Amino acid sequence: MRRPPDFARWWTLSPVTVWMIVLFLLPLILVLAVSFMSRNIFGGIEYTFSLDNYIRYFDPLYLKILWVSCQLAFLTTVFCLLIGYPFAYIIARSPAKYRNVLLLFVIVPFWTNSLIRTYAWIILLRTEGVINTILLHIGIIDKPLTMLYNDTAVLIGLVYTMLPFMILPLYASIEKLDKALLEAASDLGARPRQTFWKVTLPLTAPGIMAGTLLVFIPALGLFFIPDLMGGSKAILIGNLIKNQFLTARDWPFGSAISIILMALTLLFIAVYVKISKDKAGKDLM
Amino acid sequence: MRLSFGRKFGVFYASLVYLFLYLPISILILYSFNRSKLNAVWTGFTTDWYVRLFHNDSILEAAKTSLTVAVITTIGATMIGTLAAVGMYRYHFRGKIALEGLVFLPIVIPEIVMGISMLALFSQLKVSLGIMTLLAAHITFSVPFVMVVVRARLAGFDKNIEEAAMDLGAKPWTTFLKVTLPVIAPGVIAGALLTFTLSIDDVVISFFVAGPGSTTLPLKIYSMVKFGVTPEINALSTLMLLATLLIVLFAERLQQKEK
Repeated sequence: MRRPPDFARWWTLSPVTVWMIVLFLLPLILVLAVSFMSRNIFGGIEYTFSLDNYIRYFDPLYLKILWVSCQLAFLTTVFCLLIGYPFAYIIARSPAKYRNVLLLFVIVPFWTNSLIRTYAWIILLRTEGVINTILLHIGIIDKPLTMLYNDTAVLIGLVYTMLPFMILPLYASIEKLDKALLEAASDLGARPRQTFWKVTLPLTAPGIMAGTLLVFIPALGLFFIPDLMGGSKAILIGNLIKNQFLTARDWPFGSAISIILMALTLLFIAVYVKISKDKAGKDLM
Repeated sequence: MRLSFGRKFGVFYASLVYLFLYLPISILILYSFNRSKLNAVWTGFTTDWYVRLFHNDSILEAAKTSLTVAVITTIGATMIGTLAAVGMYRYHFRGKIALEGLVFLPIVIPEIVMGISMLALFSQLKVSLGIMTLLAAHITFSVPFVMVVVRARLAGFDKNIEEAAMDLGAKPWTTFLKVTLPVIAPGVIAGALLTFTLSIDDVVISFFVAGPGSTTLPLKIYSMVKFGVTPEINALSTLMLLATLLIVLFAERLQQKEK
């Protein structure tokens, strides 16, 4: 076997290496470094080492923002799962010739701009919006309902934007599920409900975990949905980071929050990898 | 009987979810043809909003920026990503796992962190924000996706063919162009189309790295929505939806043919 000369390796892999080091790794290291510095009076960066930004984050005000963000991201994930699981199941169990088309119709809205999808809900929910106009016209209500600019609106926006990310991995794992196992369970006398909890759910757990990861992490950072659909007090961690960089011009603090958000994300991924590895280990036994 | 009830319920439930997915978008499109500017009462059909769109200089400017960035990003990211996927597939070397981590980390870390980190870099290097910074950022977040797609295509590729070509005297570059590239072409095209849509739809990262003179279409929509809801935004959104849809259908067609 002849080895290709080394320069081939050089031209295939060096562009990506250089590019990602300069424009991905270096910026992250920079943010990490800046997070240990402090803001000077002009909104610039004071090059002295301190842990102040991280200590400052443990102020109840900021911890609450983190807590509320996680809560909202969690609720988004739960709703996506509750809506998405039966739906993915139905598609995965539909006649094979329809499956691809049905799936394509889930992916199409996911390909469209998330900002446009958010805007679509604003048109529906606002005071002069479509829902209010119809309800007023029919006479069900006599003054418009306030449906926009609150936490529920943000939740609707997030669920709508993230739902396809949940459905796709769920579909992938449910479709792989061996039907014979379900039949075996029911032949052995398991009721449908038992079969679901003891067979279907554990076997599709990887899909649930992948979907959870794909929904939870972006839901923490999508600042424009709370910005456009939330009330004035709907500040989430994504908005907090954005404001520190663009409005308050406190980059060191904004960097520290970013590092916290990233650490949290990597923690979730580590847990995910650990669980799926343990599961793979068990399956082998 | 039970089964048929289950089936019926299944169809009903699935229809509800599809309704949830499509109703908002359909209404958005419908109201781009509504004469009334102020509220949701239907006052008659018009294409005025589309006409106005094409007379709005700032929107046309944003469209130009978006298209320029998307086209150059597609070319750049597809080239870097394809070469990298081939290299990763062909060679084993020290630090391969580290490189893999470096390349796939951008997919999992929050977009907002990527956005602000690049903003921090550009500001430290005193690079003024504009088309160049947008390009740099878009290529960075697209390369990993191209790699994933091309890699999936390479998974079924027989390495022996490449070796046979080289044994017969083909240079690595010739081997790549004449042997490898034709085989992975559908993956490369799929990766390019994915990059194009990612670039043209990006909001979060562009928000931080675009300069005052380089607003992209999504950023333009963002600022328009902040000022208030107008049918002009509906018209613009409809056109963007249509463009994305066409690209996706095209990509789907391509993959169907492959099968």
